[in-house]
This record gives sequence, C-alpha cells and structure tokens, in this order.
Amino acid sequence: MTINGTAVSAEVEPRTLLVHFIREQASLKGTNIGCDSSSCGACTVHLNGESVKSCTVLAVQADEQEVTTIEGLADGETLHPMQEAFRDCHALQCGYCTPGMVMAAVSLLDEVPTPTELEVREGLEGNLCRCTGYHNIVKAVLQASGSKS
Amino acid sequence: MIPAAFDYQRADSKEQAISLLSEHGDEAKLLAGGHSLIPLMKYRLAAPGIVVDVGRVNELSYVREEGDHLAIGALTRHREIETSELVLANTGLLAAATKQVGDPQVRHRGTIGGALAHGDPASDIPSAVLALRASFIIEGPSGEREVEADDFFTGFLETALEPEELLTEIRVPKLPNSTWSFQKFNRRAQDWAIVGASVLIADNQCGVGLVNMDSKPVRAAALEEAIENGASAEEASELAAEGLEPPSDLNASTEYRSHLARVLTKRGLQESGK
Repeated sequence: MTINGTAVSAEVEPRTLLVHFIREQASLKGTNIGCDSSSCGACTVHLNGESVKSCTVLAVQADEQEVTTIEGLADGETLHPMQEAFRDCHALQCGYCTPGMVMAAVSLLDEVPTPTELEVREGLEGNLCRCTGYHNIVKAVLQASGSKS
Repeated sequence: MIPAAFDYQRADSKEQAISLLSEHGDEAKLLAGGHSLIPLMKYRLAAPGIVVDVGRVNELSYVREEGDHLAIGALTRHREIETSELVLANTGLLAAATKQVGDPQVRHRGTIGGALAHGDPASDIPSAVLALRASFIIEGPSGEREVEADDFFTGFLETALEPEELLTEIRVPKLPNSTWSFQKFNRRAQDWAIVGASVLIADNQCGVGLVNMDSKPVRAAALEEAIENGASAEEASELAAEGLEPPSDLNASTEYRSHLARVLTKRGLQESGK
C-alpha cells in the first residue's frame, strides 16, 4: 500500500489490523490505538481520502490503496491548516485523541467545506476526547473551514 | 484485540465470490466493509476459517432507477446512500436511517448489503427496508432469486441466505410522495439504538419497522393495520409492541423497550402526518 505517498510493502498475516501495520510495519506511531473497538476514533486515518477507523480495517483490505496518516498532513515544516487551527485554538489537552480528531476533521471539511457548528459536532461524533476538550476542537475546525473558504 | 487466524481470499467478481463460497461452505464468511464482521472477529465471537473479501467487487456498488423501484447494489457504502440524490428524492426514509448508522468513519466503510446480511435486530437499516417493503436479490450457484424483506430475516443474526449465496441487490420501491420518520433512542451519539422505529406513510399504506424489539428485525404489524383502518397515531402506537418479544439487557428491560416502542412510533407517526 502507499502510506503518505511512500510505497510500503510487507508480508503480513491476513488478521493484521491496518493500525498495527501502520505502527509496526511502517513505523509511524502518530496513529494511536484507543478503545480498539471502533468507538473512540483515536486510530482514524484516511483510506483513499476518506476517514476510517484503522482498528476495524484489515491491512489486506488496504492492499494497493492510498493511506494517509497524521504524519502525512504537514508539508515539510508547514503545518496543514487543520493542524495550525488546532494549535491556534489550543484544541488539545492530553493530545491522545488529537491525531484521530485532526484526520476526522480534515475528512469532514472535504465533504462539507463550510459546516455549521452542529455539523462539526455531528461530523466528529465518531471521535471521543476524554479530556472533554470539545469546545476548542469545534472552534478549531470552524476556524480551519473559514481559512479554507 | 486481534482476530483468530484465518485464510484470506479476495474475490474480484460476484461469480468468483459465489464459487469461493461453494468451495468452502460453512467455513467461509463474506467480508464487505467489515464493520459488522471485523468487530465480531476481534471479540472472537466469530472465527471463520476463510474470509472471502468482496470489498472490491465494484460491479455491486450502484444506485439505479429501474421502473417503479430503486436498485441498490449490495456493496454500496452507507455514505453513498445517505448522499445519493436518487435515494433522497425517492426513498428519504432509507437515507435518514442510513445517516444514523454509527459515525462518519463507519459509514465510509460499511455497506448496505453487509449490514442487512448480518441480520442484527439492533441495526438501523433493516427497520427501514422492512417499512419500505423492499426486496432482496440473492445469487448462488443455481442462479438468482428474489426474497421479500419480511422473509429475509429469519432469526437472531440469521437470514434466508444459504452459505453459498451472495446478497447482490436491494430493491426499494420509489415513493417520492410518502411521508416518513426515523426515530432512534440511544444514550450517546454513535451508540446502537436501544429502540428505533422507521415509519412510512404512503397513500393508505403504513409501514413501521422496529429496531431491537425482537430477536430479529421486525415490523409492528398490529400498529400498521390499525393505521390502515383509520386509527389515530395515539391509538395505533399503543399496539407497537404487540406480539413482540423485546430483549432485556443492561440498557433496558423488556417493559422499558415496549414503552419506548410506543413513544417512538407515536412520534414517528405524528411526524409523518398522522
């Protein structure tokens, strides 16, 4: 598969989960494992441009497909506008949910470029922040959508 | 959590999928989007010997207008259905129920056929296809057959599908002038419904499918009949749980579920203009 534009190839058991492939075979540790049961969204990555929970995708399902992780968003030293907005709005506390939250938010704005606050909240229903820092997360996504339009 | 070991085969066409199923029989399980099967495998509640991946059989991903119905390929993903102009214009109830499935990440992967073939009474989509009186096209080694939604769900996680058969298409009547409502009661945004109800009113016909109100997806037949005979929403909704055996679990008792069914169907009927 291609991860962040780089071809990654490995022989793995069919039961290998995409999140384990990303963390162990590709050595990209930005994608976190949270609940491991497709509830919390910490493991969210993009598969062919759409947000998915990589704990509930087999690595073989992503064979020959394009995967983007949090490490693939920034352009060198230049942060992705969503990362920039998260920094500006202090949209993180402990940071554990952040990579998944950012990936889900980028996918949301691809589908709904200028969402309302309600659309942001509903669009992020698959991502939990147990610091309950939702207020600033929603603010950051709205700010990023503004800078886009 | 990692699933038990299994063999993996990818099918590139529906013929290849059927041939792999015929070869491996009971040992094989179909994998579409994986959002019902993979969690079960991770919890080790399912341990198929071989997984046949049909996720790339693109010929089964479509929404088409065909005469008086929409033909929806079984591998059409939830996200495509909830945003399909054809679905929104002709069968809004299905779009509304689909939009309530899981969360955006789940809906990017999960497919309508996968959700239906799973036969889960707690799933939202079966209630909508039951209310809409949809039918299912099933293909196997001996050809194609059509099964009504009422005859498809046969028990808890059990359907009319034989081990060597593949659900290929869902046919949903076009009802652009119907009124409808999808009601879901749960504790947190992405949770399964404790109880849910799909309500459809089309001319004099009433369809009500229920979520989590029996061991399989069911219709509220007594309620539908009452509406068709002129009862008010208030009167008919009293019959929502008639003849059903809702489960009792940590989320809700049988009595509480029956109460929810009455409340949710009343709201649904009222929203649908009854």
